[in-house]
Amino acid sequence: MNKVSIYQKINEILVDEFEVDEEVISPAASLKESLDLDSLDYVDLVVIIESNFGVKLVEADFAGMVTFQDFYDVVERKIAAKN
Amino acid sequence: MSKRVVITGMGIYSCIGTNLEEVRNSLFEGRSGIVIDKERIQFGFKSPLTGMVPAPDLKAVLSRRQRISMGEESEYAYLATVEALEQAKLREEDILQREVGILYGNDSVSKAVIETTDIVRDKRDTQLIGSGAIFKSMNSTVTMNLATIFGLSGVNMTISAACASGSHAIGMGFMFIQQGLQDLIICGGAQEINPYAMASFDGLGVFATDIDHPEQASRPFDKRRTGLVPSGGAATVILESYESAIKRGAPIVAEVVGYGFSSNGGHISTPNIEGPAKAMRRALVQANLRPQDVTYINAHATSTPLGDANEAKAILEVFGGNPYVSSTKSMTGHECWMAGASEIVYSTLMMQHGFIAPNINLVEPDDDIKELNFVSRAIKQEFDIYLSNSFGFGGTNSALVVKKFNE
Repeated sequence: MNKVSIYQKINEILVDEFEVDEEVISPAASLKESLDLDSLDYVDLVVIIESNFGVKLVEADFAGMVTFQDFYDVVERKIAAKN
Repeated sequence: MSKRVVITGMGIYSCIGTNLEEVRNSLFEGRSGIVIDKERIQFGFKSPLTGMVPAPDLKAVLSRRQRISMGEESEYAYLATVEALEQAKLREEDILQREVGILYGNDSVSKAVIETTDIVRDKRDTQLIGSGAIFKSMNSTVTMNLATIFGLSGVNMTISAACASGSHAIGMGFMFIQQGLQDLIICGGAQEINPYAMASFDGLGVFATDIDHPEQASRPFDKRRTGLVPSGGAATVILESYESAIKRGAPIVAEVVGYGFSSNGGHISTPNIEGPAKAMRRALVQANLRPQDVTYINAHATSTPLGDANEAKAILEVFGGNPYVSSTKSMTGHECWMAGASEIVYSTLMMQHGFIAPNINLVEPDDDIKELNFVSRAIKQEFDIYLSNSFGFGGTNSALVVKKFNE
């Protein structure tokens, strides 16, 4: 899975399962603010990433994660490490 | 001084209709909501008969965050409550500006618990369950969800009392308002419909067996009854103090005047005569009414051989053979945790519209209960006072007396 398809897949999931307006998604935008995330939503992010990519995000992965790009990068790194 | 308690709104989501108008028509026409659920045959059920409601789609009205905490019982309860609030002329902003409570009957969340456990068994990691599961997997799921969605700030709890849950919830709401502790409470009962919820009940061999004729399977009081048919959905009743209802110009649908309760103190599943009779007498005393004042009794009767017979004997003991008697479970099946609330909605609809719904499939009652004034075909009959019975496992009994509103 290349970078672009990972990004596309993540965006798709956020739109379909998190019901996020596609327009708010952009690499430089704030993930927390754009998605209006509360503490429970992070639990669901872990679940949907695991069920779609087979990798599990842990609490430390969210530390320092600000933008969508940060989020893409973490997932991409995890996938790469798995392979 | 105790306050008068009135009903200002009702809502219903049941197998005989998903709103008040549909349900009213079904009740008058004696329409059965019982079907065969093929999934139950695969699942190992002895009886695949059940009441069934359409699966709600709440995507357009509730956010993802709100929906993922809701199991089916909460979804049904939400829809019933929206209808009830609308009838009570309570808008979202009105609710936020005053203290509104919620007391709702519910006694299982089987599907949520089992699905959650399945995930952990599969993944071996609790962090992959998801955030909504805990809020779906507790008995108080309906009250926690609705209190959050509607922004309630009053009393907030679930009443679990087996098949009398919904009735006790209304009884408790009645007491809270009567004592001046609350002015406005959303009361009701909800019941999940899925094989998980009813498998162990089916295993007791107490479900109806007439699989070839689903609409004839639930036949309370009839000699040929073979057992109950499980069912579900939700029913909401808005209870309000008379003063509050008058002050805001709310439509008053009826008045709750008596709540009787008791416990059999005997077998866990076999009902007796004394316990129900005591609950009915207590409801009458509280309502300051005589047995002959009650025109209609909506029986608990679920279509089980002993349960129906004992209730009939209890009614005969307290009321004699005068009041009209029918069990709407002949049409709806046994709505379990919801039944005590839905049967208040059904009976109040009858009282509002001047008819008594039939106990369908009642061809010939048991020999020793024939004195009861059974209604086996709908009759047009104006009436002012009814009593509704609800009993449950563990010997819990509840009887509510409701009166047509009169200044």
